[in-house]
This record gives sequence, C-alpha cells and structure tokens, in this order.
Amino acid sequence: MIDTNALIGPYPFRYVPHPDPDVLLRVLDREELEAAWVGHLPSAFHRDPTEGNAELYTAIATHAKRLLPVPTIRPDWPHWERGLEAADAAGAPAVRAYPAHWQLAPDDPRMKELAIACGEAGTALILTVRFEDVRQRHPLDVAGDLQPSAVRALARAGNGVRLIVTAAGKDFIEEVHWGLTPPEQKRVFWDFSWVWGPPEDHLAKLFTTVGSGRFVYGTHWPLRLAQNPAANLELLPQALSRAKLADPRRLFTG
Amino acid sequence: MKEPLIDAHAHFLWDGCGRADWREVNAARFRAGERMGITCHVASMLGTFGFTSPTYFPSPADLTAGNDAMLALCRKHGTLVRMLVTVNPNHTTRARNEIKRCAAKGAVGIKLAASRRADDPLLDPICTLAAKLGLPILHHIWQHRRREWPNQEISDGADLARLAERHPKATFILAHIGGGGDYMHSYAAIRDVPNIVADTSGSGVDRGMLDEAVAALGSQRLLWGSDITMETGLAKLRALANTGLSSDEDLKDIRWRNAARVFRLKTPNVRKPKPKAARS
Repeated sequence: MIDTNALIGPYPFRYVPHPDPDVLLRVLDREELEAAWVGHLPSAFHRDPTEGNAELYTAIATHAKRLLPVPTIRPDWPHWERGLEAADAAGAPAVRAYPAHWQLAPDDPRMKELAIACGEAGTALILTVRFEDVRQRHPLDVAGDLQPSAVRALARAGNGVRLIVTAAGKDFIEEVHWGLTPPEQKRVFWDFSWVWGPPEDHLAKLFTTVGSGRFVYGTHWPLRLAQNPAANLELLPQALSRAKLADPRRLFTG
Repeated sequence: MKEPLIDAHAHFLWDGCGRADWREVNAARFRAGERMGITCHVASMLGTFGFTSPTYFPSPADLTAGNDAMLALCRKHGTLVRMLVTVNPNHTTRARNEIKRCAAKGAVGIKLAASRRADDPLLDPICTLAAKLGLPILHHIWQHRRREWPNQEISDGADLARLAERHPKATFILAHIGGGGDYMHSYAAIRDVPNIVADTSGSGVDRGMLDEAVAALGSQRLLWGSDITMETGLAKLRALANTGLSSDEDLKDIRWRNAARVFRLKTPNVRKPKPKAARS
C-alpha cells in the first residue's frame, strides 16, 4: 500500500509534532505501508513554491526508494512549466496544487493548463480539499475549502488528466462523481482520509456506489493520525472486506 | 475475560428520527463496536435529532420520547448499552423530573446538548440534582468559542469550567475533544478544574491532540469515546499507545477504568486510581 497523501514540513497555523522524513519512515513501517508520495506542507502557503520544492527534494533524497517527491506547481506563476519538468526529472509521480489557497477560481484556465500538462507528462495532479476542519481554523486561515466545481472543471479538461483529490467528504465526492460522464469519472481518484466510517458508513456507501477502485490510500500525515484510514478499512462491513483500492502507480494505465 | 472498552460518547437513533435507515445505523454501531471490542456503549438520543425539533434545541416532548427509546434499547441489550438522559435546561422543572425518571430506570449520566450556554444560571438546578444523584454531566462543547455558530448555543471549555467551579461535587465531561474547534484552548481552560474530565471522541484526528491531552489533563481525566465516527475512535485508541506518555495502566484508565469510575459502572477489577499530577 502506498500513502498518496503525506507531507513534510511545519504547518503555519498550529504546532505539528515531528513533520520530518525520518519520522514519516517510522510511521510507514508501523502502518506497514510500502512507500509515500510526499509533498512539502509550507509550499502551499508560499508565493513561489520553487524553494520549497528544492527543500523537499533535498529532504527526502536519501530515502528515495520509499519517499517519492510530490512538488508544488503554481500555474499562475511565471515559468511554472520548468517546475513540472523538474518534477518529471526527479521522478515525481504527482504534483500538488492549491487553487483555493491561491485564489484561483474554480474554472481558472491556468489550472486546466496545468492539469493537461500533467496528464501529458504522465503525472497525477493532487488537490487538497482542506488541511483542517473548518471549525478549528486560525483566524488568518481564510482560504476556504476547495470547491467540487473546481474538481469537475479539471476532470473535464482533457482525456489525459488524472486527479487525486484528498481530504474530501462523502457529499463532495458524490457531487463530483455524479456530475461527470463515465469517462470523466475515470480521471478522478479519491483518498478517504476525510470520509467517515461507521455508524454512518460513508466509506462503505461510497465503495458500493462509486466503487472502491476509484479510491487510493492516503493518511493526511502529519496533520492527521496515520492510523485513521487503516481503521476505516478495518471497520467496513464484511461484504466489503476484500474491496480493492486503485493502485496509484497505475493511474494512467488502469 | 477480554479487556473492557467503554465508549463514553455514543448515540443511537430511533424510529422518531425520521430516517428510514435508523436500524441500519444502529446495527453498524454494534457491528463496529464488536469488531473494536467495545463492551459498553454509553449513549444518548438527542430527541428526534432534528426531525420534529432541532437537535441542539430539542423540545421536551421529543426528549422524553427519545429517552424512552434509549431506555428500551438498554432493556434490550443489557449491560452492553447504558444510557445518558438528555434534557433541555430551558425547561428546568421538566428537565429535573426527566432526570429523576430516567435515573430511577438506570440512566448513568446526563447529556446536555447546546440549548443554553454552559455557565448560564439556568443549569444550576440540574447540576445540583446531578451531584445529589451522583450522575455525571456530559456537556456538548465547541473547542474554543470565537463566535456564534448556527443551530446551537455553543459552549466552550471556559464556559464549562465556570459551571464546574460552581458545582464542585458534580462531575462534568467535556465532550469530544476531536469534535471541532481548538482543543488546545479547552485543555488550558479546564486543566485546573479537577471535576471536569474530557472525552476523546469526534471526527478530528489531529496529530498531537492526544499527546497534549494526556500531558495537560493526565490519563485519569480522559475517557475514550467515538461519537458519530467510530473509525476515528479506533484510530485514537491505537494512537494512544504511541503517545509515549501512557503506560499500560494509563491506557486501561482511558479505555475503561475512568469511565467505569465516572459512570459508576460495575465492571471487573475496577480500581480507584490515585490522582496524578498533570504537566504544569
């Protein structure tokens, strides 16, 4: 199993204990995870993510077999294409973008350009619905959640697009999924770090309706407990105990 | 005999909730509870959960009906399900009568939602009765109230601390540290009020939440719970072992011994733990 939603680095609005690559490796061992796709948390809040990406590459370079870089690409920043080329050269399986934090509208054409360029490079684009529960946000954290309409717009941008949407809840996932054509639905994958388990059984309902093959494993570490997605899978009804997730290494071939 | 596990913050639904799937939701709680090893669900019903009166402002009639449904569930499941009687302090006399009625039938505590601010004097007669009957009060809490939010008259740890200081003989449970808001504010607000314990339930699974709770309150002022997201409960149960602060005995306290003490439940080998100093 691969954790597609891990980050390193501090969070600007609260203390997060030990958001370091060495600790992440120990967490992977404890949770019996093969590898992690690792982003750089501070880069989401930087104007220019270039330096943060460099920091990310350096920080995980000695753990290249298990920690794969997921740099941040900001498509409203000049020469963002160079960042995507660098990601490709570094073997990044995906890049991250935060349109809500950058105040890019849901149908911003620059985000579509990025999604299409990622698809052509065989790189997934990771979107984050939220870092924290809206009820606990710092007064200065005013970005707001990513909107479902933004995901629908990107899923419709082209055949080659592959999105991984992290930290979405059931309503968000359903709104996007059923607002897309079947070919468009196949361009979108979800982590379930923010999907509820029993007694409401949101994850079980989504596995039944949307299909477990649309989901990848993601922990949202270091912000959330890495134990949570495993607990969610463990508490699925018996009939879904063998539900298979998507393999994030095969997003473009499956 | 397996190690007990008491869920100090659970809810069940009933046919008055207006949900066609209420049986399935209850069955899912039992299914997950069995898998997790829960030996006792300490649960409440908040009236009709919004169907005929608001969840956090339930009408007296809805509360009585919900409490009756909760009593019926307890009768059906024996010691696996224990009940908190839910009341609305705006209807004070009726609330006190409802507490007495349900306590006589086995309720082990009182649930206050968010119908009135926690430090309002209107809660005093309820707290006096709670202390007299030896029933703890589980109070719905928003971790750090910075403004009003719709559909509830929210209280935070500071509000609850003011109430608890007026009623030192009553025990209060600060609800769901993972239930939204800034839990660090709650820890600071209740740290020096020893008759408040906190439950760990809620959908929030922030890293650091449990470590800081144990550090601020000590393991004997924490009750494990799930509320309406049992997977986060299971994740926290596992994470507790990694806080680096809990011995096996501390974990037992959080898993069940504190709840057994607070709710006065008859469970095997319950010891009365010696209070430990929390981190200053």
